[in-house]
Amino acid sequence: MSALKQYIDLFRSDRAALDANAPEALNALRPAALAVLENAGRLPDTSDEGYAKTSVEEMFAPDLGVNVNRVSIPVNVAESFRCDVPNVSTLMAVVVNDRFVPTATLLKNLPAGVTVCSLREADPELLARYAGDNSDIASAFNALLLQDGVLIHIGKGVRLDKPVQLVDIFSSPAPLFAARRVIVIAEDEAEIAVLKCDHTQTAGIRFASSEIVEIFAGRNSKVDWYDIEESSADTVRWCRFRCRQEAGSSLNICASTLTNGKTRNEYFADIAGDGCHTLLSGMAIGSGCQHIDNSSYLLHRSDRSESDQLFKYVLDEKARGAFEGCIEVARDARFNEAFQTNRNLLASTDARMHTQPQLLIYNDDVKCSHGASTGQLDAAALFYMQARGIPREEARRMLMQAFMVDVIDRIRLETLRDRLRHLVDLRFSGQCGKGSCAGCQQKDSSID
Amino acid sequence: MSDDILLKVTDLRARVENKEILKGVNLTVRPGEVHAIMGPNGSGKSTFSSVLAGNPAFTVTGGSAVFHGIDLLALSPEDRSHEGLFLSFQYPVEIPGVSMVNFMRAAVNAKREYFHEEPLSASDFLKLMRRKRAIVELDNKLASRSVNEGFSGGEKKRNEIFQMAVLEPRLAILDETDSGLDIDALRVVAGGVNKLKTDRNATIVITHYQRLLDYIKPDFVHVLYKGRIVRTGGPELALELEERGYDWIKEEEDKRKED
Repeated sequence: MSALKQYIDLFRSDRAALDANAPEALNALRPAALAVLENAGRLPDTSDEGYAKTSVEEMFAPDLGVNVNRVSIPVNVAESFRCDVPNVSTLMAVVVNDRFVPTATLLKNLPAGVTVCSLREADPELLARYAGDNSDIASAFNALLLQDGVLIHIGKGVRLDKPVQLVDIFSSPAPLFAARRVIVIAEDEAEIAVLKCDHTQTAGIRFASSEIVEIFAGRNSKVDWYDIEESSADTVRWCRFRCRQEAGSSLNICASTLTNGKTRNEYFADIAGDGCHTLLSGMAIGSGCQHIDNSSYLLHRSDRSESDQLFKYVLDEKARGAFEGCIEVARDARFNEAFQTNRNLLASTDARMHTQPQLLIYNDDVKCSHGASTGQLDAAALFYMQARGIPREEARRMLMQAFMVDVIDRIRLETLRDRLRHLVDLRFSGQCGKGSCAGCQQKDSSID
Repeated sequence: MSDDILLKVTDLRARVENKEILKGVNLTVRPGEVHAIMGPNGSGKSTFSSVLAGNPAFTVTGGSAVFHGIDLLALSPEDRSHEGLFLSFQYPVEIPGVSMVNFMRAAVNAKREYFHEEPLSASDFLKLMRRKRAIVELDNKLASRSVNEGFSGGEKKRNEIFQMAVLEPRLAILDETDSGLDIDALRVVAGGVNKLKTDRNATIVITHYQRLLDYIKPDFVHVLYKGRIVRTGGPELALELEERGYDWIKEEEDKRKED
């Protein structure tokens, strides 16, 4: 049985329960989503364009349960599990599997004009307007089984000075599938930064997530999205970002995969308005049998916008990496600048990297470039460091860490940069990802 | 000077890929001595220093190198450094993303760990850096940058001597430290080397030209040619080479081989 069929069967048998759990606006999406999926017949596999190294069909082949009966899974979220960024007070919410759990501090401290809530409590009109299009297969799959999610709405001209932090946790005694969705709506001139991290709390249990992140950046708005995945080797994630930018907006997405099982991230940005800025960056650190696939599609269909993509991978042992990135500049889109870079280090002879840059340019007045390289650690630098007494393993670690510096530097929050540097350091020294959530800090005091 | 032997190299042979470069080098260095190794291009000078420092690009095919009683060739490059060998690189390597501070802290603390000492505290480390920077007049702002990245030729060489000052080696090998230096930088770099000189450590200066030897006075001058040391003399040999070039040595040696 195909992976897709087992989830469609589950949808059919449990539809009443799914619908009872979700708001009307989400239920209304299901018939169209089902049609898209039935038409496709299966989830994407390596025979599909853009999925050269990742079979989503295989990722979702194990028959995992979906928590349709909303069994409350005990997880001591607020007390024992703080994925905190030191020195930054964040507005934190937790998503346990697929259930939204706000913290008391979040509810207390949300400023006027800002909403962070469960999709079940979201304004149905807003939801219908912004969650409507599920014509791509990742979104359709998600819409079919979605029960809850997070809405972040920030009103016109509101500038949120604290980042919103979403902590996604997988925790369950039995294998579990979760459909997650976050919708970020930044109205005109609004500013917001979101930090999302994915964790697995139960080791040795299989988890699968279907994640959709929808970002709507209004005119002259500024949206930063920082994504850190620290999940277990038994976790698979299929995450699609769908972004739309209005004129003068600035979007900065920086996603890091530190530990995981299999991950497929897809980034689609519709640069609809003139004079937009788009930064898209990814950092992937793989060892063991980790599999990390990032795929991007930036569509420039306006004038005078700039986009810059930077994806870097360090792959050790038997890790697998893939990057396919596409820039499309539409015929009527003039004076755009779009750049894309993919650099990869293979730290072992068994690691593999696949990279495929693509430019689709239908206009003469553009400045576009792409570059990709895959290599090994610089032997001259390694010897130089050893000659100064730095042990080979430490020198290797320092060079791998240094390789990631320019990705980390794209994060606009200084404290988060420091934190991520530290996490990367831990990751390369093997102190992260052994259990789960090694990067999380447990703090005695509550966050304010 | 002393009767102790700091480094004894005996019949050292090495190749890179399939080409034999060192064909039996013999050299004895005692504490307090300064040795200059000169020679035409391609004679094996840099190979000799690389082999002593443990560059994995070269394969030792014979001979030995004993460093204060230890089999140098059996040690990893990092342990050679800890035991007191320092190579000032002809082409110091740029390492983007690794700050000078982190680089030096890693180097200093690795050495301390090797000798079972506690890592330096942050403030002691910074004090050490400040003190050592003064020796080669290294600008503080270079210390906050990535290792050698965007440094001028002179700054790179100063940085090498700064690192030498921090690590306090028993034997320093300066590989073409004068190349790419203007006369002012040369004076500063040579001054740094002289300040670090004691009767317990030694220096091997590898150079093409006599110029550097005006500043760092050698006790012995060796000429390396075709992978072997073919002449050894005092400072006057360097002056003679400056005046007459290497051709006369080449001719004599090539002729001797034919005989």
